[in-house]
Amino acid sequence: MRLDKDKILSILLVMPSILAVMIFVYGFILWSGRVSLSQWKGLLPNYEWAGLQNYINLFNDPRFHIDVRNTFIFTVLFVFGSLILGLMLAVMLDQGLRGESFFRTVFLFPMAISYIVTGVVWRWLMNPAQGERMSGFNILFERLGLDFLINQWHTTPGWGIAFIAVPAIWQMSGYVMALYLGGLRSIPEPLREAARVDGATELKIYFHVILPLLRPITLSAMIILGHISLKVFDLIVAIAGKQVALDVPAVYMWQTTFDGYFFNRGASIGILLLLSVAVLVIPYLRYSLRSEAEL
Amino acid sequence: MNRSRSRYYWLYIPLSLMALFYLVPLYVMLVTGFKGFEEVSLQTMWSLPKTGIHFDNFTEAGTKLAPYFWNSLKMVIPAAIISSIVGSLNGYVLSKWKFKGADIIFPLILFGMFIPYQSILIPLVEFMRRINLYGTIPGLVLTHVIYGIPITTLTFRNYYATVPTELVEAARIDGAGLMGIYRYVLLPISIPSFVVVIIWQFTSAWNDYLFAVALTDPQHWPITVGLNNMAGSQIIAWNVQMAGSFLAALPTLLVYLFLGRYFLRGLMAGALKG
Repeated sequence: MRLDKDKILSILLVMPSILAVMIFVYGFILWSGRVSLSQWKGLLPNYEWAGLQNYINLFNDPRFHIDVRNTFIFTVLFVFGSLILGLMLAVMLDQGLRGESFFRTVFLFPMAISYIVTGVVWRWLMNPAQGERMSGFNILFERLGLDFLINQWHTTPGWGIAFIAVPAIWQMSGYVMALYLGGLRSIPEPLREAARVDGATELKIYFHVILPLLRPITLSAMIILGHISLKVFDLIVAIAGKQVALDVPAVYMWQTTFDGYFFNRGASIGILLLLSVAVLVIPYLRYSLRSEAEL
Repeated sequence: MNRSRSRYYWLYIPLSLMALFYLVPLYVMLVTGFKGFEEVSLQTMWSLPKTGIHFDNFTEAGTKLAPYFWNSLKMVIPAAIISSIVGSLNGYVLSKWKFKGADIIFPLILFGMFIPYQSILIPLVEFMRRINLYGTIPGLVLTHVIYGIPITTLTFRNYYATVPTELVEAARIDGAGLMGIYRYVLLPISIPSFVVVIIWQFTSAWNDYLFAVALTDPQHWPITVGLNNMAGSQIIAWNVQMAGSFLAALPTLLVYLFLGRYFLRGLMAGALKG
Protein backbone atom coordinates (compact mmCIF):
# COMPACT_ATOMS: atom_id res chain seq x y z
CA MET A 1 0.00 0.00 0.00
CA ARG A 2 2.76 2.46 0.90
CA LEU A 3 4.52 1.71 -2.36
CA ASP A 4 1.46 2.88 -4.24
CA LYS A 5 1.30 6.00 -2.14
CA ASP A 6 4.93 6.73 -2.98
CA LYS A 7 4.26 6.07 -6.65
CA ILE A 8 1.54 8.70 -6.66
CA LEU A 9 3.67 11.08 -4.65
CA SER A 10 6.54 10.66 -7.10
CA ILE A 11 4.30 11.63 -9.99
CA LEU A 12 3.04 14.61 -8.03
CA LEU A 13 6.63 15.64 -7.48
CA VAL A 14 7.45 15.95 -11.18
CA MET A 15 4.02 17.11 -12.27
CA PRO A 16 4.67 20.84 -11.77
CA SER A 17 7.76 20.64 -13.98
CA ILE A 18 6.01 18.60 -16.63
CA LEU A 19 3.10 21.00 -16.66
CA ALA A 20 5.45 23.98 -16.79
CA VAL A 21 7.26 22.56 -19.80
CA MET A 22 4.00 21.62 -21.49
CA ILE A 23 2.69 25.15 -21.04
CA PHE A 24 5.81 27.27 -21.47
CA VAL A 25 7.31 25.25 -24.30
CA TYR A 26 4.57 23.45 -26.20
CA GLY A 27 1.62 25.65 -25.23
CA PHE A 28 3.55 28.78 -26.08
CA ILE A 29 4.72 27.33 -29.39
CA LEU A 30 1.09 26.69 -30.32
CA TRP A 31 0.19 30.18 -29.14
CA SER A 32 2.98 31.66 -31.29
CA GLY A 33 1.77 29.53 -34.15
CA ARG A 34 -1.70 30.99 -33.73
CA VAL A 35 -0.30 34.55 -33.65
CA SER A 36 1.63 33.78 -36.83
CA LEU A 37 -1.69 33.00 -38.53
CA SER A 38 -3.35 36.18 -37.28
CA GLN A 39 -3.57 39.82 -38.28
CA TRP A 40 -2.10 41.11 -35.02
CA LYS A 41 -0.37 44.42 -35.77
CA GLY A 42 -0.20 47.06 -33.10
CA LEU A 43 -0.27 46.96 -29.35
CA LEU A 44 -3.60 45.23 -28.86
CA PRO A 45 -3.92 41.51 -29.61
CA ASN A 46 -5.91 40.76 -32.74
CA TYR A 47 -6.47 37.12 -33.56
CA GLU A 48 -8.39 37.62 -36.79
CA TRP A 49 -7.46 34.83 -39.18
CA ALA A 50 -4.84 35.60 -41.80
CA GLY A 51 -4.06 32.09 -42.99
CA LEU A 52 -0.53 31.71 -44.26
CA GLN A 53 -0.38 35.31 -45.43
CA ASN A 54 2.35 36.28 -42.94
CA TYR A 55 4.57 33.45 -44.14
CA ILE A 56 3.94 34.30 -47.77
CA ASN A 57 4.84 37.91 -47.04
CA LEU A 58 8.07 36.83 -45.43
CA PHE A 59 9.07 34.68 -48.37
CA ASN A 60 8.59 37.74 -50.58
CA ASP A 61 10.29 40.10 -48.17
CA PRO A 62 13.72 41.34 -49.37
CA ARG A 63 14.83 41.84 -45.77
CA PHE A 64 14.05 38.21 -44.99
CA HIS A 65 16.06 37.17 -48.04
CA ILE A 66 19.03 39.05 -46.59
CA ASP A 67 18.45 37.25 -43.29
CA VAL A 68 18.50 33.83 -44.91
CA ARG A 69 21.65 34.64 -46.85
CA ASN A 70 23.37 36.09 -43.78
CA THR A 71 22.41 33.12 -41.63
CA PHE A 72 23.72 30.76 -44.26
CA ILE A 73 27.10 32.52 -44.55
CA PHE A 74 27.40 32.89 -40.81
CA THR A 75 26.47 29.27 -40.11
CA VAL A 76 28.89 27.80 -42.61
CA LEU A 77 31.83 29.90 -41.39
CA PHE A 78 31.01 29.61 -37.72
CA VAL A 79 30.31 25.87 -37.67
CA PHE A 80 33.25 24.80 -39.82
CA GLY A 81 35.60 27.38 -38.33
CA SER A 82 34.84 26.23 -34.79
CA LEU A 83 35.04 22.55 -35.74
CA ILE A 84 38.40 22.83 -37.47
CA LEU A 85 39.93 25.08 -34.84
CA GLY A 86 38.51 23.03 -31.99
CA LEU A 87 39.81 19.79 -33.49
CA MET A 88 43.26 21.25 -34.09
CA LEU A 89 43.49 22.51 -30.53
CA ALA A 90 42.31 19.17 -29.15
CA VAL A 91 44.82 17.18 -31.18
CA MET A 92 47.64 19.49 -30.11
CA LEU A 93 46.64 19.22 -26.48
CA ASP A 94 46.38 15.46 -26.76
CA GLN A 95 50.14 15.10 -27.22
CA GLY A 96 50.85 15.04 -23.52
CA LEU A 97 52.77 18.31 -23.40
CA ARG A 98 53.41 20.11 -20.15
CA GLY A 99 51.14 23.04 -19.44
CA GLU A 100 48.17 21.35 -21.06
CA SER A 101 45.74 22.46 -18.39
CA PHE A 102 46.88 26.07 -18.73
CA PHE A 103 46.17 26.07 -22.44
CA ARG A 104 42.86 24.28 -21.93
CA THR A 105 41.79 26.91 -19.41
CA VAL A 106 42.72 29.71 -21.82
CA PHE A 107 40.96 28.19 -24.82
CA LEU A 108 37.77 27.53 -22.92
CA PHE A 109 37.35 30.70 -20.89
CA PRO A 110 35.30 32.60 -23.51
CA MET A 111 32.51 30.08 -22.87
CA ALA A 112 32.10 31.58 -19.41
CA ILE A 113 31.34 35.11 -20.58
CA SER A 114 28.30 36.52 -22.31
CA TYR A 115 27.90 37.29 -25.98
CA ILE A 116 27.21 40.85 -24.90
CA VAL A 117 30.63 41.24 -23.28
CA THR A 118 32.26 39.53 -26.26
CA GLY A 119 30.37 41.81 -28.61
CA VAL A 120 31.21 45.03 -26.78
CA VAL A 121 34.92 44.23 -26.75
CA TRP A 122 35.04 42.96 -30.32
CA ARG A 123 33.21 45.97 -31.68
CA TRP A 124 36.27 47.96 -30.63
CA LEU A 125 38.73 45.34 -31.83
CA MET A 126 36.99 45.19 -35.21
CA ASN A 127 36.50 48.93 -35.42
CA PRO A 128 36.33 49.90 -39.10
CA ALA A 129 37.25 53.57 -38.62
CA GLN A 130 40.17 54.84 -40.72
CA GLY A 131 42.73 57.62 -40.24
CA GLU A 132 42.66 59.50 -36.96
CA ARG A 133 39.99 57.30 -35.39
CA MET A 134 41.63 54.04 -36.40
CA SER A 135 41.75 51.52 -33.55
CA GLY A 136 41.57 47.88 -32.64
CA PHE A 137 43.11 45.32 -34.95
CA ASN A 138 43.46 47.81 -37.77
CA ILE A 139 45.84 50.01 -35.81
CA LEU A 140 47.71 46.92 -34.61
CA PHE A 141 48.12 45.77 -38.20
CA GLU A 142 49.37 49.23 -39.15
CA ARG A 143 51.94 49.23 -36.35
CA LEU A 144 53.14 45.77 -37.34
CA GLY A 145 53.45 46.81 -40.97
CA LEU A 146 50.70 44.44 -42.01
CA ASP A 147 48.71 47.16 -43.79
CA PHE A 148 47.23 44.70 -46.26
CA LEU A 149 45.25 43.17 -43.40
CA ILE A 150 43.53 46.46 -42.55
CA ASN A 151 39.90 46.11 -43.53
CA GLN A 152 36.36 47.21 -42.86
CA TRP A 153 35.41 44.17 -40.79
CA HIS A 154 31.68 43.86 -40.27
CA THR A 155 31.03 46.96 -42.35
CA THR A 156 32.46 45.30 -45.48
CA PRO A 157 29.71 45.71 -48.08
CA GLY A 158 27.84 42.47 -48.64
CA TRP A 159 30.15 40.31 -46.52
CA GLY A 160 30.03 42.00 -43.13
CA ILE A 161 28.28 39.02 -41.60
CA ALA A 162 31.31 36.85 -42.34
CA PHE A 163 33.34 38.87 -39.85
CA ILE A 164 30.77 38.33 -37.10
CA ALA A 165 31.81 34.68 -37.31
CA VAL A 166 35.27 35.61 -35.97
CA PRO A 167 34.19 36.50 -32.42
CA ALA A 168 31.64 33.70 -32.54
CA ILE A 169 34.42 31.21 -33.33
CA TRP A 170 36.54 32.83 -30.64
CA GLN A 171 33.77 32.18 -28.17
CA MET A 172 32.76 28.63 -29.10
CA SER A 173 35.84 26.84 -30.46
CA GLY A 174 37.09 26.06 -26.97
CA TYR A 175 33.88 24.17 -26.35
CA VAL A 176 34.44 22.09 -29.47
CA MET A 177 37.99 21.49 -28.28
CA ALA A 178 36.69 20.20 -24.96
CA LEU A 179 34.26 17.85 -26.72
CA TYR A 180 37.00 16.46 -28.97
CA LEU A 181 39.50 16.20 -26.15
CA GLY A 182 37.01 14.12 -24.19
CA GLY A 183 36.64 11.88 -27.24
CA LEU A 184 40.37 11.57 -27.82
CA ARG A 185 40.91 10.60 -24.20
CA SER A 186 38.37 7.82 -24.46
CA ILE A 187 40.19 6.16 -27.37
CA PRO A 188 42.13 3.28 -25.83
CA GLU A 189 45.90 3.59 -26.14
CA PRO A 190 46.34 -0.04 -27.37
CA LEU A 191 44.45 0.93 -30.52
CA ARG A 192 47.08 3.55 -31.36
CA GLU A 193 49.84 1.15 -30.36
CA ALA A 194 48.50 -1.47 -32.73
CA ALA A 195 48.47 0.99 -35.61
CA ARG A 196 51.98 2.08 -34.72
CA VAL A 197 53.19 -1.51 -34.70
CA ASP A 198 51.67 -1.90 -38.15
CA GLY A 199 53.97 0.90 -39.24
CA ALA A 200 51.45 3.73 -39.52
CA THR A 201 52.81 7.26 -39.03
CA GLU A 202 51.25 9.48 -36.36
CA LEU A 203 49.53 11.50 -39.07
CA LYS A 204 48.08 8.38 -40.66
CA ILE A 205 46.89 7.16 -37.29
CA TYR A 206 44.96 10.39 -36.87
CA PHE A 207 43.39 10.30 -40.29
CA HIS A 208 42.58 6.60 -40.51
CA VAL A 209 42.05 5.48 -36.93
CA ILE A 210 41.20 8.39 -34.69
CA LEU A 211 39.15 10.78 -36.80
CA PRO A 212 36.66 8.10 -37.87
CA LEU A 213 36.15 7.24 -34.20
CA LEU A 214 35.40 10.87 -33.44
CA ARG A 215 32.55 11.06 -35.93
CA PRO A 216 29.76 10.98 -33.31
CA ILE A 217 31.37 13.95 -31.57
CA THR A 218 31.62 15.85 -34.82
CA LEU A 219 27.92 15.23 -35.33
CA SER A 220 27.02 16.45 -31.82
CA ALA A 221 29.20 19.51 -32.20
CA MET A 222 27.74 20.35 -35.62
CA ILE A 223 24.20 20.17 -34.31
CA ILE A 224 24.90 22.19 -31.20
CA LEU A 225 26.81 24.87 -33.11
CA GLY A 226 24.28 24.81 -35.93
CA HIS A 227 21.33 25.47 -33.68
CA ILE A 228 23.23 28.22 -31.87
CA SER A 229 24.05 29.93 -35.13
CA LEU A 230 20.44 29.82 -36.36
CA LYS A 231 19.32 31.82 -33.35
CA VAL A 232 22.31 34.17 -33.07
CA PHE A 233 21.13 37.46 -31.64
CA ASP A 234 23.04 38.98 -28.70
CA LEU A 235 26.40 38.94 -30.42
CA ILE A 236 25.18 40.83 -33.46
CA VAL A 237 23.23 43.33 -31.39
CA ALA A 238 26.25 44.03 -29.21
CA ILE A 239 28.69 44.41 -32.10
CA ALA A 240 26.64 46.34 -34.58
CA GLY A 241 23.25 47.25 -33.14
CA LYS A 242 20.35 46.40 -35.39
CA GLN A 243 21.34 47.27 -38.91
CA VAL A 244 19.87 45.69 -41.98
CA ALA A 245 23.22 44.75 -43.54
CA LEU A 246 23.92 42.38 -40.64
CA ASP A 247 20.32 41.32 -40.18
CA VAL A 248 19.48 37.76 -39.14
CA PRO A 249 16.06 36.24 -38.39
CA ALA A 250 16.38 36.67 -34.63
CA VAL A 251 17.16 40.39 -34.98
CA TYR A 252 14.36 40.89 -37.50
CA MET A 253 11.98 39.05 -35.18
CA TRP A 254 12.94 41.35 -32.32
CA GLN A 255 12.63 44.55 -34.27
CA THR A 256 9.42 43.80 -36.07
CA THR A 257 7.75 42.56 -32.88
CA PHE A 258 8.93 44.78 -30.10
CA ASP A 259 9.95 47.93 -31.99
CA GLY A 260 7.41 47.75 -34.82
CA TYR A 261 4.50 45.87 -33.19
CA PHE A 262 4.07 43.47 -36.11
CA PHE A 263 3.36 40.59 -33.76
CA ASN A 264 2.04 38.45 -36.60
CA ARG A 265 5.26 38.75 -38.58
CA GLY A 266 7.44 38.31 -35.49
CA ALA A 267 5.62 35.12 -34.57
CA SER A 268 6.05 33.78 -38.10
CA ILE A 269 9.80 34.33 -37.94
CA GLY A 270 9.88 32.62 -34.54
CA ILE A 271 8.04 29.60 -35.89
CA LEU A 272 10.29 29.38 -38.94
CA LEU A 273 13.33 29.47 -36.65
CA LEU A 274 11.81 26.73 -34.53
CA LEU A 275 11.17 24.55 -37.59
CA SER A 276 14.72 24.95 -38.85
CA VAL A 277 16.12 24.06 -35.43
CA ALA A 278 13.72 21.12 -35.07
CA VAL A 279 14.92 19.61 -38.34
CA LEU A 280 18.41 19.47 -36.83
CA VAL A 281 17.62 18.61 -33.26
CA ILE A 282 14.81 16.05 -33.35
CA PRO A 283 16.78 13.37 -35.25
CA TYR A 284 19.73 14.12 -32.99
CA LEU A 285 17.66 13.68 -29.83
CA ARG A 286 16.24 10.40 -31.11
CA TYR A 287 19.69 9.16 -31.98
CA SER A 288 21.18 10.20 -28.63
CA LEU A 289 18.43 8.71 -26.54
CA ARG A 290 18.38 5.51 -28.53
CA SER A 291 22.11 4.94 -28.16
CA GLU A 292 21.72 5.77 -24.48
CA ALA A 293 19.07 3.07 -24.14
CA GLU A 294 21.37 0.55 -25.78
CA LEU A 295 24.04 1.05 -23.14
CA MET B 1 48.42 6.79 -18.43
CA ASN B 2 51.68 6.56 -20.28
CA ARG B 3 51.86 9.68 -22.40
CA SER B 4 55.53 10.46 -22.50
CA ARG B 5 55.56 11.45 -26.17
CA SER B 6 56.75 14.93 -25.39
CA ARG B 7 58.97 15.22 -28.43
CA TYR B 8 56.57 17.58 -30.14
CA TYR B 9 58.01 20.68 -28.48
CA TRP B 10 57.38 22.73 -31.61
CA LEU B 11 53.67 22.52 -30.81
CA TYR B 12 54.26 25.18 -28.18
CA ILE B 13 54.54 27.70 -31.01
CA PRO B 14 51.02 27.24 -32.46
CA LEU B 15 49.59 26.68 -29.00
CA SER B 16 51.05 29.94 -27.72
CA LEU B 17 49.88 31.84 -30.79
CA MET B 18 46.39 30.51 -30.26
CA ALA B 19 46.54 31.37 -26.56
CA LEU B 20 47.40 34.94 -27.58
CA PHE B 21 44.37 35.04 -29.86
CA TYR B 22 42.08 33.92 -27.04
CA LEU B 23 43.60 36.34 -24.56
CA VAL B 24 43.54 39.43 -26.80
CA PRO B 25 40.09 40.67 -25.71
CA LEU B 26 40.98 40.12 -22.06
CA TYR B 27 44.25 41.98 -22.56
CA VAL B 28 42.54 44.97 -24.17
CA MET B 29 39.89 45.09 -21.45
CA LEU B 30 42.51 45.09 -18.73
CA VAL B 31 45.14 47.46 -20.15
CA THR B 32 42.42 49.93 -21.06
CA GLY B 33 40.73 49.57 -17.71
CA PHE B 34 43.88 50.27 -15.75
CA LYS B 35 44.90 53.40 -17.69
CA GLY B 36 44.24 56.85 -16.31
CA PHE B 37 41.69 58.98 -18.17
CA GLU B 38 44.36 61.34 -19.51
CA GLU B 39 46.32 58.43 -20.90
CA VAL B 40 43.48 56.76 -22.79
CA SER B 41 43.48 57.12 -26.54
CA LEU B 42 42.59 54.92 -29.47
CA GLN B 43 46.13 55.37 -30.77
CA THR B 44 47.64 53.67 -27.74
CA MET B 45 44.93 51.06 -27.33
CA TRP B 46 47.46 48.21 -27.32
CA SER B 47 50.11 49.63 -25.02
CA LEU B 48 50.43 48.98 -21.33
CA PRO B 49 49.59 51.76 -18.85
CA LYS B 50 52.64 54.02 -18.63
CA THR B 51 51.85 56.18 -15.63
CA GLY B 52 51.06 53.38 -13.23
CA ILE B 53 47.85 51.60 -12.45
CA HIS B 54 44.70 53.72 -12.28
CA PHE B 55 41.16 52.78 -11.44
CA ASP B 56 39.35 55.70 -13.09
CA ASN B 57 37.70 53.54 -15.72
CA PHE B 58 36.63 50.84 -13.32
CA THR B 59 35.24 53.37 -10.87
CA GLU B 60 33.29 55.16 -13.56
CA ALA B 61 31.97 51.93 -15.12
CA GLY B 62 31.27 50.56 -11.65
CA THR B 63 29.12 53.52 -10.64
CA LYS B 64 27.18 53.32 -13.90
CA LEU B 65 26.68 49.56 -13.81
CA ALA B 66 26.25 48.96 -10.09
CA PRO B 67 22.43 48.92 -10.09
CA TYR B 68 22.37 46.44 -13.00
CA PHE B 69 25.01 44.32 -11.32
CA TRP B 70 22.85 44.03 -8.20
CA ASN B 71 19.79 43.28 -10.28
CA SER B 72 21.70 40.42 -11.87
CA LEU B 73 22.76 39.04 -8.51
CA LYS B 74 19.23 39.29 -7.15
CA MET B 75 17.97 37.40 -10.17
CA VAL B 76 20.72 34.82 -10.66
CA ILE B 77 21.07 33.49 -7.12
CA PRO B 78 17.44 32.47 -6.57
CA ALA B 79 17.21 31.21 -10.17
CA ALA B 80 20.24 28.95 -9.71
CA ILE B 81 19.15 27.60 -6.33
CA ILE B 82 15.52 26.93 -7.26
CA SER B 83 16.61 25.36 -10.55
CA SER B 84 18.93 22.94 -8.81
CA ILE B 85 16.24 21.80 -6.37
CA VAL B 86 13.68 21.33 -9.13
CA GLY B 87 16.22 19.51 -11.32
CA SER B 88 17.27 17.24 -8.50
CA LEU B 89 13.73 16.13 -7.66
CA ASN B 90 12.88 15.62 -11.34
CA GLY B 91 16.07 13.68 -11.96
CA TYR B 92 15.38 11.49 -8.94
CA VAL B 93 11.88 10.55 -10.04
CA LEU B 94 12.81 10.11 -13.69
CA SER B 95 15.70 7.79 -12.89
CA LYS B 96 14.47 5.83 -9.87
CA TRP B 97 10.67 6.04 -9.98
CA LYS B 98 10.03 5.72 -13.67
CA PHE B 99 6.29 5.92 -14.20
CA LYS B 100 4.39 4.86 -17.28
CA GLY B 101 5.08 7.29 -20.07
CA ALA B 102 8.27 8.62 -18.50
CA ASP B 103 10.17 7.58 -21.60
CA ILE B 104 7.89 9.72 -23.72
CA ILE B 105 7.90 12.67 -21.34
CA PHE B 106 11.67 12.88 -20.99
CA PRO B 107 12.52 13.57 -24.66
CA LEU B 108 9.67 16.08 -24.75
CA ILE B 109 11.24 17.90 -21.81
CA LEU B 110 14.69 17.71 -23.39
CA PHE B 111 13.54 19.31 -26.62
CA GLY B 112 12.76 22.42 -24.59
CA MET B 113 16.48 22.93 -24.17
CA PHE B 114 17.03 23.49 -27.87
CA ILE B 115 14.10 25.62 -28.96
CA PRO B 116 14.91 29.10 -30.20
CA TYR B 117 13.28 31.31 -27.61
CA GLN B 118 12.05 33.59 -30.37
CA SER B 119 9.34 30.98 -30.92
CA ILE B 120 7.88 31.47 -27.43
CA LEU B 121 8.81 35.07 -26.75
CA ILE B 122 5.53 36.76 -27.67
CA PRO B 123 3.37 34.43 -25.54
CA LEU B 124 5.91 34.67 -22.72
CA VAL B 125 5.73 38.46 -22.64
CA GLU B 126 1.92 38.35 -22.84
CA PHE B 127 1.77 35.76 -20.08
CA MET B 128 4.05 37.76 -17.78
CA ARG B 129 1.91 40.84 -18.36
CA ARG B 130 -1.23 38.94 -17.45
CA ILE B 131 0.17 37.56 -14.22
CA ASN B 132 1.67 40.97 -13.40
CA LEU B 133 5.26 39.80 -13.38
CA TYR B 134 6.24 41.70 -16.52
CA GLY B 135 9.14 44.05 -15.94
CA THR B 136 10.14 42.47 -12.64
CA ILE B 137 12.99 40.36 -11.37
CA PRO B 138 10.74 37.52 -10.08
CA GLY B 139 9.34 37.20 -13.61
CA LEU B 140 12.85 36.72 -14.96
CA VAL B 141 13.70 34.24 -12.20
CA LEU B 142 10.61 32.20 -13.04
CA THR B 143 11.57 32.24 -16.72
CA HIS B 144 15.08 30.98 -16.06
CA VAL B 145 13.82 28.27 -13.71
CA ILE B 146 11.26 27.00 -16.21
CA TYR B 147 13.44 27.06 -19.31
CA GLY B 148 16.22 25.56 -17.19
CA ILE B 149 14.14 22.47 -16.35
CA PRO B 150 15.43 20.42 -19.33
CA ILE B 151 19.14 20.85 -18.62
CA THR B 152 18.86 20.59 -14.84
CA THR B 153 16.66 17.50 -15.04
CA LEU B 154 19.01 15.90 -17.56
CA THR B 155 22.09 16.52 -15.44
CA PHE B 156 20.57 15.06 -12.29
CA ARG B 157 18.89 12.18 -14.08
CA ASN B 158 22.17 11.11 -15.67
CA TYR B 159 23.91 11.37 -12.33
CA TYR B 160 21.29 9.43 -10.36
CA ALA B 161 21.22 6.78 -13.07
CA THR B 162 24.75 5.84 -12.01
CA VAL B 163 23.58 5.16 -8.44
CA PRO B 164 22.99 1.38 -8.15
CA THR B 165 19.30 0.49 -7.95
CA GLU B 166 20.23 -2.09 -5.27
CA LEU B 167 21.03 0.80 -2.95
CA VAL B 168 17.57 2.24 -3.46
CA GLU B 169 15.97 -1.20 -3.06
CA ALA B 170 17.87 -1.83 0.16
CA ALA B 171 16.70 1.46 1.61
CA ARG B 172 13.15 0.62 0.60
CA ILE B 173 13.31 -2.75 2.35
CA ASP B 174 14.58 -0.93 5.44
CA GLY B 175 11.34 1.00 5.35
CA ALA B 176 12.37 4.23 3.67
CA GLY B 177 9.76 5.86 1.45
CA LEU B 178 10.07 8.14 -1.55
CA MET B 179 11.32 11.14 0.38
CA GLY B 180 13.34 9.05 2.83
CA ILE B 181 15.34 7.47 0.04
CA TYR B 182 15.94 10.85 -1.51
CA ARG B 183 16.93 12.42 1.79
CA TYR B 184 19.22 9.66 3.10
CA VAL B 185 20.50 7.85 0.01
CA LEU B 186 20.68 10.30 -2.88
CA LEU B 187 20.92 13.77 -1.42
CA PRO B 188 24.14 13.14 0.53
CA ILE B 189 25.95 12.09 -2.65
CA SER B 190 24.41 14.82 -4.81
CA ILE B 191 26.69 17.70 -3.86
CA PRO B 192 28.83 17.54 -7.04
CA SER B 193 25.73 17.58 -9.24
CA PHE B 194 24.29 20.48 -7.28
CA VAL B 195 27.52 22.38 -7.88
CA VAL B 196 27.42 21.58 -11.59
CA VAL B 197 23.80 22.68 -11.98
CA ILE B 198 24.08 25.78 -9.81
CA ILE B 199 27.13 26.91 -11.75
CA TRP B 200 25.46 26.19 -15.04
CA GLN B 201 22.30 28.07 -14.20
CA PHE B 202 24.25 30.89 -12.59
CA THR B 203 26.32 31.33 -15.74
CA SER B 204 23.50 31.06 -18.24
CA ALA B 205 21.20 33.39 -16.32
CA TRP B 206 24.01 35.89 -15.75
CA ASN B 207 24.91 35.84 -19.44
CA ASP B 208 21.37 35.83 -20.80
CA TYR B 209 20.31 38.84 -22.81
CA LEU B 210 17.20 37.89 -24.77
CA PHE B 211 14.89 37.07 -21.84
CA ALA B 212 16.28 39.99 -19.86
CA VAL B 213 15.70 42.59 -22.53
CA ALA B 214 12.25 41.21 -23.33
CA LEU B 215 10.98 40.87 -19.78
CA THR B 216 12.47 43.58 -17.57
CA ASP B 217 11.92 47.32 -17.35
CA PRO B 218 14.95 49.66 -17.15
CA GLN B 219 14.76 49.75 -13.39
CA HIS B 220 15.26 45.98 -13.21
CA TRP B 221 17.68 45.49 -16.10
CA PRO B 222 20.36 42.92 -15.39
CA ILE B 223 23.98 43.56 -16.27
CA THR B 224 23.89 42.33 -19.88
CA VAL B 225 21.16 44.79 -20.80
CA GLY B 226 22.78 47.59 -18.82
CA LEU B 227 26.14 46.98 -20.47
CA ASN B 228 24.75 46.75 -23.97
CA ASN B 229 22.84 49.94 -23.43
CA MET B 230 25.95 51.66 -22.15
CA ALA B 231 27.94 50.43 -25.15
CA GLY B 232 25.32 51.74 -27.54
CA SER B 233 25.42 55.21 -26.05
CA GLN B 234 27.55 57.86 -27.73
CA ILE B 235 28.25 59.64 -24.46
CA ILE B 236 30.15 56.89 -22.68
CA ALA B 237 33.76 56.55 -23.75
CA TRP B 238 35.07 53.27 -25.14
CA ASN B 239 37.54 52.90 -22.30
CA VAL B 240 34.73 52.93 -19.75
CA GLN B 241 32.91 50.36 -21.89
CA MET B 242 35.96 48.11 -21.76
CA ALA B 243 36.17 48.40 -17.99
CA GLY B 244 32.42 47.78 -17.75
CA SER B 245 32.71 44.66 -19.90
CA PHE B 246 35.33 43.32 -17.57
CA LEU B 247 33.17 43.97 -14.52
CA ALA B 248 30.22 42.29 -16.23
CA ALA B 249 32.34 39.25 -17.05
CA LEU B 250 34.03 39.02 -13.67
CA PRO B 251 31.57 36.88 -11.65
CA THR B 252 31.27 34.11 -14.24
CA LEU B 253 34.98 34.34 -14.97
CA LEU B 254 35.80 33.79 -11.30
CA VAL B 255 33.41 30.86 -11.14
CA TYR B 256 35.11 29.41 -14.20
CA LEU B 257 38.61 29.87 -12.80
CA PHE B 258 37.85 28.37 -9.41
CA LEU B 259 35.27 25.74 -10.30
CA GLY B 260 36.27 25.02 -13.90
CA ARG B 261 35.94 21.27 -13.48
CA TYR B 262 32.27 21.56 -12.60
CA PHE B 263 31.69 24.14 -15.28
CA LEU B 264 33.06 21.71 -17.84
CA ARG B 265 30.78 18.94 -16.64
CA GLY B 266 27.80 21.21 -17.11
CA LEU B 267 28.93 21.99 -20.64
CA MET B 268 29.29 18.31 -21.43
CA ALA B 269 25.84 17.51 -20.06
CA GLY B 270 24.43 20.00 -22.56
CA ALA B 271 25.96 18.02 -25.39
CA LEU B 272 24.02 14.92 -24.23
CA LYS B 273 26.79 12.57 -25.24
CA GLY B 274 30.54 12.73 -25.28
